[in-house]
Amino acid sequence: MAAERILEVEGLSVAIPTPSGMLHPVQNVKFHVDRGETVAIVGESGCGKSLTSLAIMNLLPHRAMRSADRLVLDDTDMLRLGERQMSDIRGNRMSMIFQEPMTSLNPAYTIGDQLTEGPRRHGQSGMSEARDRAVWLLEKVGITAATNRLRQYPHQLSGGLRQRVMIAMALMCGPDLIIADEPTTALDVTIQAQILHLLAELQREFRTGLILITHDLGVVARVADRVAVMYAGQIVEEGTAHRIFTTPSHPYTRGLLDCIPIPGKTARGSHLGSIPGIVPSLIGEMPGCHFAERCRHATGRCTSRPVGLGDGLGPDHRVRCVFSPEELQP
Amino acid sequence: MFTYLLRRLGVAVLVALTVSLITFSMIYLSGDPAVALAGEAATEEDIESIRTYYGYDRPILVQYGDWLFKALQGDFGQSHYLKQPVALVIFERLPTTMMLGLCALVFALVLSIPLGVLAAIRPNSLIDRTALTIAVIGQAMPSFWFALTLMLWFGIVWRLLPITGSDSWANFVMPSIALGYYITPAAMRLTRAGMLEVLSADYIRTARAKGLRSVTVLFKHALRNAILPVISLAAVQFGFMLGGSIVIETIFAINGLGFLAWESIQRADLPMMQAIVLVLSVFYILLTLLADMLNAWLDPRIRVA
Ligand SMILES: Nc1ncnc2c1ncn2[C@@H]1O[C@H](COP(=O)(O)OP(=O)(O)OP(=O)(O)O)[C@@H](O)[C@H]1O
Ligand SMILES: [Mg+2]
Repeated sequence: MAAERILEVEGLSVAIPTPSGMLHPVQNVKFHVDRGETVAIVGESGCGKSLTSLAIMNLLPHRAMRSADRLVLDDTDMLRLGERQMSDIRGNRMSMIFQEPMTSLNPAYTIGDQLTEGPRRHGQSGMSEARDRAVWLLEKVGITAATNRLRQYPHQLSGGLRQRVMIAMALMCGPDLIIADEPTTALDVTIQAQILHLLAELQREFRTGLILITHDLGVVARVADRVAVMYAGQIVEEGTAHRIFTTPSHPYTRGLLDCIPIPGKTARGSHLGSIPGIVPSLIGEMPGCHFAERCRHATGRCTSRPVGLGDGLGPDHRVRCVFSPEELQP
Repeated sequence: MFTYLLRRLGVAVLVALTVSLITFSMIYLSGDPAVALAGEAATEEDIESIRTYYGYDRPILVQYGDWLFKALQGDFGQSHYLKQPVALVIFERLPTTMMLGLCALVFALVLSIPLGVLAAIRPNSLIDRTALTIAVIGQAMPSFWFALTLMLWFGIVWRLLPITGSDSWANFVMPSIALGYYITPAAMRLTRAGMLEVLSADYIRTARAKGLRSVTVLFKHALRNAILPVISLAAVQFGFMLGGSIVIETIFAINGLGFLAWESIQRADLPMMQAIVLVLSVFYILLTLLADMLNAWLDPRIRVA
């Protein structure tokens, strides 16, 4: 049975004019999400993960310009929609959880008000129905005394609780797709795991598609079905989580994986890897491979012409590198 | 919330007491009040009898206590010039000034808040620049000059509004504009700055991510948070406006407290001036108290501790 496609992104680019020239933080991004699937986007800070998700939601900052070849949610071509029609979709069929739970809730309104706002806006239910669902979802995300919580204000809740509220909020309208942009980065390490488990659990239960943006490869290994590795605005490798973790084929992906200890595989006391060098500036056009500067395999071939995302490794694994994996063996 | 209110109230009472002390000492600022009252031609005995008659011979603290006790009961003594109870005259004139102040405040807020919001939505746009120009001009222009300009065009050249008097609502239009215009620039800039800050807040992004309509995002989620400092400003400025009403009421010959203050200064009517200063100050203290309470009610971080 073919999986049901929830989101299809093709040729997604973002350009931001800056005083020093045009910035290209997202370039020609292509990936998809199926129903009930978790797709992880990983990559170091500043590689364009947040802007990619904001571009999908059409919530980019004012000056940023978006272009895409395809941007389809279920069977709705989002490229054809105006802002008003997009707002009908946002929070309804597609919702987002942000990185900063401390500041993502409005300090002036109660949790209950902010939770029920979505369904009321999208005409899904009246006030009392929405409240019932809010209570039910708050309990689902592990918040006790949910009915009382509805009357509380954000400042009365801890960061972990607020992020749980944000998750409940994202689920209020029963979306097909949730984008979680580093939902745990701002939280205590002990709470991070809980929140991620919760997210994965709910995603399975409600069979939503989930785009999980994170730095944490350990988490990715546990919850992701597929992984897209981003570097300097581009997806450099994409495939099933299994393939990415067992046969990483881009030097950058390998570098990333070397940076995390793997239980049972990494010997105690041995050195963890690190990737030397810094991320290139994304201002102006850059021909060839973006990683070339930091790659120990790089040759003239890498920077002379654009490198495409090749699928020579099979249907569920694509990589943006001029070398084949065999050529890259140390 | 309750302790906050109590603390705030305590501060207000303390400030009011301090103000009353300062107001009371006003009579000694201009020298011996008995000498001043008695006039140029008075003999030593005249002065002495006036001093005992008005009780200026008692210890200062006793005089203050006596004065404060009476003032609390609404007795500010007799006007030296009008030979009427001061309280009576003041409460006759007070409503006119309050009316003027309120109209001016409403005019100022109705103009400045929407302009500030518009300027913040499109920073550096034509609207923003126009608003900025208005603000700069407003801050640079003396209010008496602005009042006279209004008078010239609306009253004399176009003959749209009456120039002086306080009999009908039409009399209040120009004074309200002249008085309210004074606080418009500050309120507008503050609204703009507040909105700009709030609009880039994370919770605004959350609101948009929920698919809320832009009107809801703007007015429910943004303005409510951006307006807090504007309320405090409005309260403070309203107090200044009461002071400014001395100029405006005199120019437009409006029979309010400001005009009365001006008249009393000219007549050296000390009890009257004392009472006016005290009433305006207490009113001002009440206003800031009210503004703080309004802020507490709007901002749950203060209200629900
Ligand atoms: N409003 C903006 N104006 C100019 N540049 C921006 C803006 N927003 C983001 N950028 C730049 O675009 C690049 C990508 O930003 P993005 O926020 O998508 O990174 P990220 O991968 O989410 O990083 P992080 O892991 O730190 O969240 C960064 O280099 C950033 O400096
Ligand atoms: Mg980010």
